[in-house]
Amino acid sequence: MGRGSNQLIASILVNAIYAMQGYPTWIVNNLLSPISIIILVTFISKGALIGEAIAGALITLFVGTGIMLQADLAHLKNDFKYQDMIVSSPTSAMTYMVGMALSNVIFIIPSLVVILVLAVIYIHASILAFVEVFMVLLLLYLFSVVLGFFLSTFTSDVMQSWSFTGILSLLMTTIAPVYYPITYIPLPYRYAFYLSPTTYAAEIIQNMLGYLPLSTMALALDWIVIIGLSIALFVVAIKKNKWREY
Amino acid sequence: METLVCKNITKSYEKGKKALDRLSFSVPAKGILAVIGRNGAGKTTLMRILATELMPSSGTATMNGIDVVKDAVKMREMIAVLPQESRAVNWMTPLQTILSYLMYRGMDYSEAREKAHEALAGIGMTKLEKTLNSKLSGGQKRKVLVASILASDAPIIFVDEPTTGLDPISRSELWDMLKRLKKTHFVFLTTHYLEEAEKLADTICIIDEGKLKGIGTLGEIRKLVKYQYSIKILEKGKKVKINEGEEVTGEDGFAQIMTTEKEADRLSSRFIKEKVRFSINPMSLEDIFYYVVKKPINAEEEAKDYGTWF
Ligand SMILES: Nc1ncnc2c1ncn2[C@@H]1O[C@H](COP(=O)(O)OP(=O)(O)OP(=O)(O)O)[C@@H](O)[C@H]1O
Ligand SMILES: [Mg+2]
Repeated sequence: MGRGSNQLIASILVNAIYAMQGYPTWIVNNLLSPISIIILVTFISKGALIGEAIAGALITLFVGTGIMLQADLAHLKNDFKYQDMIVSSPTSAMTYMVGMALSNVIFIIPSLVVILVLAVIYIHASILAFVEVFMVLLLLYLFSVVLGFFLSTFTSDVMQSWSFTGILSLLMTTIAPVYYPITYIPLPYRYAFYLSPTTYAAEIIQNMLGYLPLSTMALALDWIVIIGLSIALFVVAIKKNKWREY
Repeated sequence: METLVCKNITKSYEKGKKALDRLSFSVPAKGILAVIGRNGAGKTTLMRILATELMPSSGTATMNGIDVVKDAVKMREMIAVLPQESRAVNWMTPLQTILSYLMYRGMDYSEAREKAHEALAGIGMTKLEKTLNSKLSGGQKRKVLVASILASDAPIIFVDEPTTGLDPISRSELWDMLKRLKKTHFVFLTTHYLEEAEKLADTICIIDEGKLKGIGTLGEIRKLVKYQYSIKILEKGKKVKINEGEEVTGEDGFAQIMTTEKEADRLSSRFIKEKVRFSINPMSLEDIFYYVVKKPINAEEEAKDYGTWF
């Protein structure tokens, strides 16, 4: 294997494998917040919304770990001065960032396995639908990553960016209708929830799994919003990239 | 080719105040270069610029012919850096810390693992290799990071205050490591321990308030000062008339006279006759520093922000 892959693996070891080995309670923490809402929604709906709830948990996992990336990087950079050791090494900014982004996906694998087992049992959809859902989740992950970076440009303090992370995941994954269809929200209020990008992603996923009928127009709009926002934030985040400081 | 050349390196973080002010010098990039200076002098800033972590506001620098600004990618193949205040990552073990750093440098897993084992054996920490860093003492954590840097294959090593916080034995162990290393590597070292610079360095660089105050071998640095002896009068408030030399008041409140051998001779016989308590020593690097910067190196250490939590 080449140097580039060794450098990618290094990030995955540091920020996923070794992190899980060192502090396994993080895995529990990761799993517990989506599971708790699955329980809530399932029992309140007398089992009717179990599929939607499980799909919502998948969204929560990917969005949560995506927004977290930026705080993780800031933690390594500011509290350990770790990034300086890497900046001055042969690892490029791109390799480091991609490696770290991969590490945060790998970090949620244990939780993902648990929720996927639930999904296979309780969601009755084709393999193709699952693959499609997975694509949306990856897009949502990338979106959350750039959102995290975008927010990090407002602060250089890790403690503050962790509070951003907390607020943001609550807004986007608990308050926004990701664990149930948006049609459960009465119409005048519904519009407010369209402020959260996860609402659009949830609509796409619920539609793919057969929980929410959508017109082609509405579905196209959902895609446009998610992709458009990702690109816009990406441009801002790239501009603010501070690998070598000025 | 083995030279470090700085041309008018200037850095201002904010408008007005300059952290580095037109630093120009050329020294052999061999052995150990020790940079000394008080808190805030600009040591770390210089190091971070040369280590391709920070852009200078203006000026250029080359190391072994490689431009640190334009050829950063090439430079990074050659250097390994221990930043000031770097801490071993809590959730990793010493073995994992060194191993992953070596993988970032491009080694594959098994080679990195083998080298990490060797490095830990080299610092006598094999028994602790699987303990979480968070459970190690401050000095042990420091050693793990130093070992990561030294285990790399980089021929140029930057270490920013590597011995701060080490006990005397660990410090002299690290000195021995650096002494061995300098035979084959170029080491850029910053330190607040002048004894360390005196013992280890082939070249000494004094910076004060962003300005270069002197650079060269210890012998060359000595020539910055006209005097060879330092006499300390161990009686407060004692006035002495001197024919040649300079008098300053040290941080301990005692008058200190830096002077020539002849004058030192005259003064000491007078003091003995008059029963004035005094001590006399050849000028040390500490005295020279004092003379050049007009302040002792460790006086009034500002409470530095070491990253507070609250
Ligand atoms: N990121 C920064 N932003 C603004 N000013 C800075 C920054 N880093 C350093 N400075 C300023 O630049 C000057 C030089 O700092 P530097 O860290 O290079 O000093 P130093 O010689 O390494 O000091 P010490 O011995 O305390 O480590 C100081 O006045 C410091 O306040
Ligand atoms: Mg410093």
